[in-house]
Amino acid sequence: MNDVREPLRLSVDRERCVGAGMCALTAPEVFDQDDEEGLTVLLHPEPAPEHRAAARMAAGLCPAGAIALIPTEPTDS
Amino acid sequence: MSYDTTADPTADEPPILPADRHTGCPFDPPAGLTALSDRPVRRLRYPDGHVGWLATGHAAARAVLSDPRFSSRYELMHMPVPMPALGEMTEIPPAPVGDFLGLDAPEHTRFRRLLTGKFTVRRMRQLAERVEQFTAECLDAMEQDGPVVDLVEAFARPVPALMICELLGVSYADRDRFQEHVATLFDQATDVAARAEAYTAVHHFIGELVAAKRAEPTDDLLSDLTTSDLTDEELTGVGGVLLAAGLDTTANMLGLGTFALLSNPDQLEALRADPGLAEQTVEELLRYLSVADPIPRAALEDVEVEGQLIKAGETVTVSVQAANRDPHKFPDPDRFDIHRKATGHVAFGHGAHQCLGQQLARVEMTVAFPALFARFPGLRLAVPPEKVPLREHANIYGVVSLPVTWDPAPWNGE
Repeated sequence: MNDVREPLRLSVDRERCVGAGMCALTAPEVFDQDDEEGLTVLLHPEPAPEHRAAARMAAGLCPAGAIALIPTEPTDS
Repeated sequence: MSYDTTADPTADEPPILPADRHTGCPFDPPAGLTALSDRPVRRLRYPDGHVGWLATGHAAARAVLSDPRFSSRYELMHMPVPMPALGEMTEIPPAPVGDFLGLDAPEHTRFRRLLTGKFTVRRMRQLAERVEQFTAECLDAMEQDGPVVDLVEAFARPVPALMICELLGVSYADRDRFQEHVATLFDQATDVAARAEAYTAVHHFIGELVAAKRAEPTDDLLSDLTTSDLTDEELTGVGGVLLAAGLDTTANMLGLGTFALLSNPDQLEALRADPGLAEQTVEELLRYLSVADPIPRAALEDVEVEGQLIKAGETVTVSVQAANRDPHKFPDPDRFDIHRKATGHVAFGHGAHQCLGQQLARVEMTVAFPALFARFPGLRLAVPPEKVPLREHANIYGVVSLPVTWDPAPWNGE
C-alpha cells in the first residue's frame, strides 16, 4: 500500500478543504494553496515516485478528508 | 485495531475529567487521565451533572473532530471542566458575534474561507524574517536585563504578541497599551472581574482598530478584511479570536517548551548539534505538551465512534493530551524524543476547526527555540524544576513564570 513503486493518483475536493495547509507543508511538490482562499491546489495528480510517500501522508493528515487516493490498476498484492 | 467494547461502559459510576497535571512530571497528562485511556471512548460525568463521553484514543479523537455530526456550537455543549467565568449560569451562551470557533458549517465556513488565504504555509514562511527580528530584539533585551530573567516575560510572551500586533496591524505607538490589557486578560493570578474588564478593554481596542483600518487601510490582515462582507462587529470579534488563539497558546508552548528542553539535556544537545531538527522538535513538543486541551463537541444525531454509540444531544470531550499519548499511534508515548516523527498529532485539533494559525505557530517556534539556545548556550533554570509555577487551572497549560539564568559573556573591553 505504501510502496512508492505503486502508481498513485490523487484528487482533491476544494469544497471540503479548510485551508489548514497540512498538504502544502507535508508534500510541497504535490500540493500548494491558492492565494485567495488558501484552499488546496493539486499540482501533480500523479506524483513522481519520490513524492508518493509524502503525498499519501498528506492525504492521511488532511483534517477535512479533502484529499482522495484513487485506485489505479488493480493489483493482486 | 480492536478494543474491548463488550464491557458495559455505564456499569460503573462515570469518572470526572482529571485535570491536575501538577502531581507528577509537569509535562505528563494527569495520572487519572492515563488510567482512563484503556478504552478509546468512555462515559464521563460533567460538572453540571450531564453524563456524556470522553474520547482518549487517537483514532477516536480524529473521528469525532472531523465528523460534521458533532457540533462546535457552545450552546449545545456541556462543559467538561468547571467554568468560573460563567458564574451561576448553567447554560452556555452561544458564540459572541465573530467568534467562529463556536459555529458550524455553513456559518463557520463563511469566516474560515475569508481567513485561510491569510494563513497559508507560504505566507507564514514569508513572515519568518519578522519573527527572527522580533526574537533577536527580545533576546537583546533579555541579555541586558539578565543574567536572571523570567523567560515568560522576556521571551515567550513578547514574541507571539509582537507577531499578532504585526498581523492585525497594531501601530507601534499602541503596542504597549494593547499588550498591557492582553497581559491582564491572560493573567491567571488576576481575579475574574479584572479580567472581564481587560476583555472589554481589548474588545474596545480592536473595535477602534477596525474603524481606523476601514477609514485608512494599511498592509495588514484587518485592513484586508475590511473589504470583505464582514460587519465591523464581526470583524472585531474575529480580531479578538485571532488574538486569543494566537497569543496564549504559542506563549505557553515557548515557555513550557523551553522548560521541557532544559529538563531533557540530551534532547537539547541533539537540537543544538543539528538545528535542522528544529521542525521536528517543534512537532514533538506540540505532541508531548498538548497545551490546548480538551475539546468538547455536541452530537447532533446518533453517531458511532470506535464501536461506541454516542446519542444525539450528548457531549463528547476529546482529550488532546490522551490522544497524543496513544501508544497505538505513538510508540513509547511518554518519552520526549525529538527524533520521533510526531506528525499526525492532534495538538492543533482536527477537522473543519483545525487551528487556523498553526503554520504561524510553527514558524514562530521553529525560529524562536534555536535562536534562544544559540544566544544563551549556557541557559539553565534559576530555580529547582519543582519550584517552577505551573498554570494548573488555565485554559491553556504552561508555566506561570520560568526563571532562567546563564553565564554572562566575558567582558571584551578594558
